[in-house]
Amino acid sequence: MSQYILLRHREIPNLGKLEVYRQNDGFQAFYKAVTSMKPEEVIEVVKASGLRGRGGAGFPTGMKWAFVDRHNWPHYVVANADESEPGTFKDREIMENNPFQFLEGVAIAAYAVQANVAYIYLRGEFWQIAHQLDQRIAELYASGLLGDNLFGTDYSLRIYTHLGAGAYICGEETAMLESLEGKLGQPRLRPPFPPSYGLFGKPTVVNNVETLTNVPLIVANGASWYRQYGTEKSPGTKIFCLSGRINRPGNYELPLGTTFRQLIYEHGGGIPEGRQIKAIMPAGASSSLIIATDEALDTPMDYESVPNVGAALGSASLIIIDDTVSIPWLINKTIHFFKHESCGKCTPCREGTYWMMHLTERIAGGAATWEDVELLKDVASQMKGKCLCALGEFSIEAVLSGIERFKGDFEAQVGATQAAAEELPVPAD
Amino acid sequence: MNHLEEKYADEIQAILAKYPEEQKRAAVMPLLYLAQRETGYITRQSMNDIAQILELTPTEVASIVGFYTLYYDQPGGKYRIQVCTDLPCALRGAEEFLEKLCENLGIRVGETTPDGLVTVEKVMCLAGCDKAPLFQVQTGAGLEYHENQTVESALSYIDTLRKRER
Amino acid sequence: MAKLVTLTIDGKQVTVPEGTLVVDAAKRIGIDIPVFCYHPKMEPVGMCRMCLVEIGRPAIDRATGEAVREADGSPRVVFSPKLETACTTPVAEGMVVIGASEKVKEGRKAILEFLLTSHPLDCPICDKGGECPLQNLTMGFGPGQSRFIYDDKIHLAKHVPLGELIFLDRERCIQCARCVRFQEAVVDDPVIGFYQRGRSLEIVTYSEPGFDSIFSGNTTDICPVGALTTADFRFGARPWELNAAASICAQCPVGCNITFNVRREAKAGGRWVIKRVMPRQNEAVNEIWICDKGRFGYHYTESPHRLSQPLVRKHGELTPASWEEALGLVADRFRQAGDGLLTLASGRLSNEDLFNLHQLTTSLGGKSALYTHMAGGDLVSRIGVAPGTNFADMGTGSAILVVASDLHEEAPIWWLRVKQAAERGATLIVLNPRPTRLDKFASHVLRYAYGSEAAAVLAMVNSLSAKRPDLPETVKALGRSPELEAAAKAFAAAENGVILFGSEGTSLATSQALAQACANLLITTNHVGRPNNGLIGVWQRANDQGAWDIGFRPMPDLAQAMRSARALYIVGADPAGDDPTLVETGDFLVVQELFLTDTAKLADVVLPVQAYTEREGSFTSGERRVQRFYPAVPERPGSKADFTIAGQIGALLGLDMEARLASKVFLRLAVSLKEYAGLSYTRLSEVEEQFPIVGRGDLYYGGTTYENTQGLGVQLPPTILLGEPLPLGWLELPQIQMPQDGLLAVPVTRLYDRGQTLLPSELLHPRLPQPYVAINPADGKRYRIPDGATVEIRSQTPISLVTLRRDPLVPEGVLLVPRSMGVPINGPTPVDLRQVERVIA
Repeated sequence: MSQYILLRHREIPNLGKLEVYRQNDGFQAFYKAVTSMKPEEVIEVVKASGLRGRGGAGFPTGMKWAFVDRHNWPHYVVANADESEPGTFKDREIMENNPFQFLEGVAIAAYAVQANVAYIYLRGEFWQIAHQLDQRIAELYASGLLGDNLFGTDYSLRIYTHLGAGAYICGEETAMLESLEGKLGQPRLRPPFPPSYGLFGKPTVVNNVETLTNVPLIVANGASWYRQYGTEKSPGTKIFCLSGRINRPGNYELPLGTTFRQLIYEHGGGIPEGRQIKAIMPAGASSSLIIATDEALDTPMDYESVPNVGAALGSASLIIIDDTVSIPWLINKTIHFFKHESCGKCTPCREGTYWMMHLTERIAGGAATWEDVELLKDVASQMKGKCLCALGEFSIEAVLSGIERFKGDFEAQVGATQAAAEELPVPAD
Repeated sequence: MNHLEEKYADEIQAILAKYPEEQKRAAVMPLLYLAQRETGYITRQSMNDIAQILELTPTEVASIVGFYTLYYDQPGGKYRIQVCTDLPCALRGAEEFLEKLCENLGIRVGETTPDGLVTVEKVMCLAGCDKAPLFQVQTGAGLEYHENQTVESALSYIDTLRKRER
Repeated sequence: MAKLVTLTIDGKQVTVPEGTLVVDAAKRIGIDIPVFCYHPKMEPVGMCRMCLVEIGRPAIDRATGEAVREADGSPRVVFSPKLETACTTPVAEGMVVIGASEKVKEGRKAILEFLLTSHPLDCPICDKGGECPLQNLTMGFGPGQSRFIYDDKIHLAKHVPLGELIFLDRERCIQCARCVRFQEAVVDDPVIGFYQRGRSLEIVTYSEPGFDSIFSGNTTDICPVGALTTADFRFGARPWELNAAASICAQCPVGCNITFNVRREAKAGGRWVIKRVMPRQNEAVNEIWICDKGRFGYHYTESPHRLSQPLVRKHGELTPASWEEALGLVADRFRQAGDGLLTLASGRLSNEDLFNLHQLTTSLGGKSALYTHMAGGDLVSRIGVAPGTNFADMGTGSAILVVASDLHEEAPIWWLRVKQAAERGATLIVLNPRPTRLDKFASHVLRYAYGSEAAAVLAMVNSLSAKRPDLPETVKALGRSPELEAAAKAFAAAENGVILFGSEGTSLATSQALAQACANLLITTNHVGRPNNGLIGVWQRANDQGAWDIGFRPMPDLAQAMRSARALYIVGADPAGDDPTLVETGDFLVVQELFLTDTAKLADVVLPVQAYTEREGSFTSGERRVQRFYPAVPERPGSKADFTIAGQIGALLGLDMEARLASKVFLRLAVSLKEYAGLSYTRLSEVEEQFPIVGRGDLYYGGTTYENTQGLGVQLPPTILLGEPLPLGWLELPQIQMPQDGLLAVPVTRLYDRGQTLLPSELLHPRLPQPYVAINPADGKRYRIPDGATVEIRSQTPISLVTLRRDPLVPEGVLLVPRSMGVPINGPTPVDLRQVERVIA
């Protein structure tokens, strides 16, 4: 096999040039789809490939496309390029270096659901990437790969970029749609889901950049080709973002099912300065903290196995924590992030992240008592299951798992007084 | 025609063309970037102009300015240097980097250098966790990333800016 | 009819239409599920999470599609592991909802604890205290004490004026977005919004003036905390000190049901005073909303400038006199005048007042006249909307034609209800010479030149049945418009059709023609005599329709009639204030008024009356709904009710008239007018259950709007249903004198006018425009007169000096003249315009 499905630019120099991309069969899949496949056939191939959403939820992509309401038109495709989860930086590499494969994926998705307009919603910080994409999209129009009556058919497609402006919540698909519509980026109620009520109230497919970038090769090579990578239930490769206390941070495209150990030690070069690994956050700041036991390290990274060690694969953005890191400090960091990014729409998240921030600051600052730790746990538990969207629900993952799995760190942090009080010797007689 | 329309007629048309005719409101974010280009922040007049173009109320436009962190309702330094100090960056020394940078510039986080050149801010994750410490530089005209930074490299960059502005 | 669904909530079964939300279904069987963000008049958003409940659904066997059954044969119900929001979940067959479990209680407690972390807990000084959903629900479900360290609370500005009318307390806001959603989704006026995000979200306004919406007061009713308060009421009283009196708003013909909250006040010398006006639910009239004019415009009733004793002119001066003396004099002079008596009354008066005035006048052989700028009420009596009409029932299948009316300004709540009908799918046709705020909701927007409103409607009739080949060219020209024809066909094709006609740019004569044209269209399209079909007049005053029903008619040449009257009796009208040339003191002038108006100053006898807030009575709305109002405060000493005065004059003249009880006057009225037959105050005060259920103990659901326990009123049958068929009426299109090269001045109605009954509400002064006229900027250029200049308007009537505004919405060649601003333009009038140097003070 070629090692890469997504990060092919690492093997093929200048793949970001349209000419080079086309020399490497670029846009053959889109051409094939538009000229010789029915939209349903494209959906079938993607369904059969078992491709699952790479944005974090892992929802089967083909199924999502099939849900698009055929009685309500027009349809839209929105590529989620809002990559904002702390620890995640994969979509950026794709868009910077293998942009045409991504754009071809967008185009195929649009054809599959018969959308004539697709938007790429990029976080505002990706200003330069958006401008590069705009230029590349212009090249596609000029080459007849986008525009009206493509390849002599009656299918037409336009792709536009749209820049966000600094709001993590817009990575949530319905908040993204609201934002794209020119409103506050606050999540909508679901149901209805975007395939029935999406952008401008029309049926819409929202897919992550990485997900879409898989599509051209699946359509070109077929579902069974794709299924040779990864596991039965999690086929394909995945880009793992490796950051934190690691020797070789970066993106690693590996088959799903690769173990934590392989990624961290074989690919990532292990922990700097010969330190001990303490914990792993496999899905960025939204993640539970996994205690880095041998059992955990040998767990395959796929959608089914990671829950066995008390976390979720999510976007596969691994933040590596070594033994120098205090967990109360860590959760203070993540809670600051969520408090800053909470959109404010629902009460538990708006008030809960704010309250937790006060508590984690106090705990991390050494001014807290054990009561505060208990209260923090209560507040987090009180949020659980009550938030409108995943932001609030995920904000408590590190808190609850941290207190449960790294209790010692908290005990150490709440100060000598408390510890001393608990350890007072029982008076003799 | 208001000020914004006069100044950027073609660009505004190009932006509006991206969205369905009856969904003009979708153009509010790109128009806000346009309005921010000259002054580095959104003036009250720009809000009114955009509202007029998109048939919104100024309040609706202002709400967008308020919600999203890359729009500003107050002027700042000509260059906004925005350092990510989120968890992955912090694990790679971003907090010390920010602290030292500010110390060298003689300002606190969030403040602007006395010459009005640079505002240093702390921001949330920039999707460059593997290349920390990093910052982005925002001006009215756009954004660029500076990755794998040291305090020295950042200061020398600011020096370049200072020379350029002279 | 929607499919019905049966579910169980806390052990009680309830059957409701499919699509009903769990929270509303529960409400119908008396189970209160607490909410903050949900409001039964708005789409659910599921933001506050207060309404969390346990929801179970019958398990379905995937293979067979059959319900899975327990051993005992009952359906197996599977509960979701998470609590769900009752406000966003529609009911389903067999659903089981549990709102009383420990889990649910814990959930509510959790949400309340979260909300209270950022709430200032300043209940003792909060205006909402006593009627506050947050306070009440905290008492019911909240934690007993705070685990949030009080010092960690952020303190925010507490007295932020969003505008002159509404204040914001930033600390108290719980970000439920009810106000923002109301302004955007209900009244299409998104002039307040959220700024920032997360815990920093705050309500802001960027409109000029701030919170620039004529519906702004409603946000204070639905705000579930004390964040939004009115400038009128804040720090004015505590809710539990207030008494409530049911009433009807007297500001326009909609007839919004309201409640006056009153209390005795030391600073008023122990008198009873009105502290605030609140909406009162009437789902067929105003639902639970009122406009700001209705909410804040009541102060005239309490003005210190009210008349407090009769005045009689002696030696050229108006001099205080006793009632005996004044009434004796009036009776004598009326007797002498006999058929030379002219009574001029307005629709500001109640049915009882008008009935007695009419009886007094006709008994003497005199004439009664209605003081109005609008005609056609006789036609509305005949083919007005039939009983059972409710805009809320209009949607797909209904058509609404709004002609010659800026409804948003003339009758705000009708604007709202028509807009909502259009949003539900009703075909809305807007026929108006200039754009209005209704256009964006219309399926057909048609323009005509000022003065051609009747022609435009006739052209619609003609396009449906070309029966008249001899039509004037104006009509023929309009009839050639395919848009107009399409609109006419849409109107004809609709199952139900209602026409609202107003007075945009009309004179008495053109409005009579317009009403007849509208009647013809309704008859031609068979939109008469059924609920949700018929004619509605957008009158200037609350009871103009009642006046028409009772027999008052406008006089074509009122000035002449007044000059020739031997005795002139002007009640509730100020013609001299509106047009100084109109009233020439004839032989004997009696003015019955609240204030010493310009007309009263000319009178021989001035009789002080009670404000309608001080007595009983009834109004007949534009939809011909007869509604009662009740005394809210005791009468001002020295004043009498209008009907009493007329009755007492009648008694002195030996007439059999009721002067004491309004209810008895009404009974007499019911005997003499057949469409009022069978009505009584008792009948008018009947109520039936309305949905949503509001105003009871659970103010968190509907807000502080009052429940209606004092009467929904009765809608009158049009006389066409009482054996008086109405044939198509022949109508003469009035000739409009067009300007040679000047402008055509036309009168239009503004909500915030400068009328006698609005000016005493000082709170509204910043919203009342200074006298102005408006022209198209192109005309402004042509005349070389800049925006804001002082201009002189010259026509046959004397010159007026006024500020000129340039307004792109005014058609070219037209000078828009708002009524009640001192420029006496009573219909399309050619004028000339000249800039003058003088500055208007």
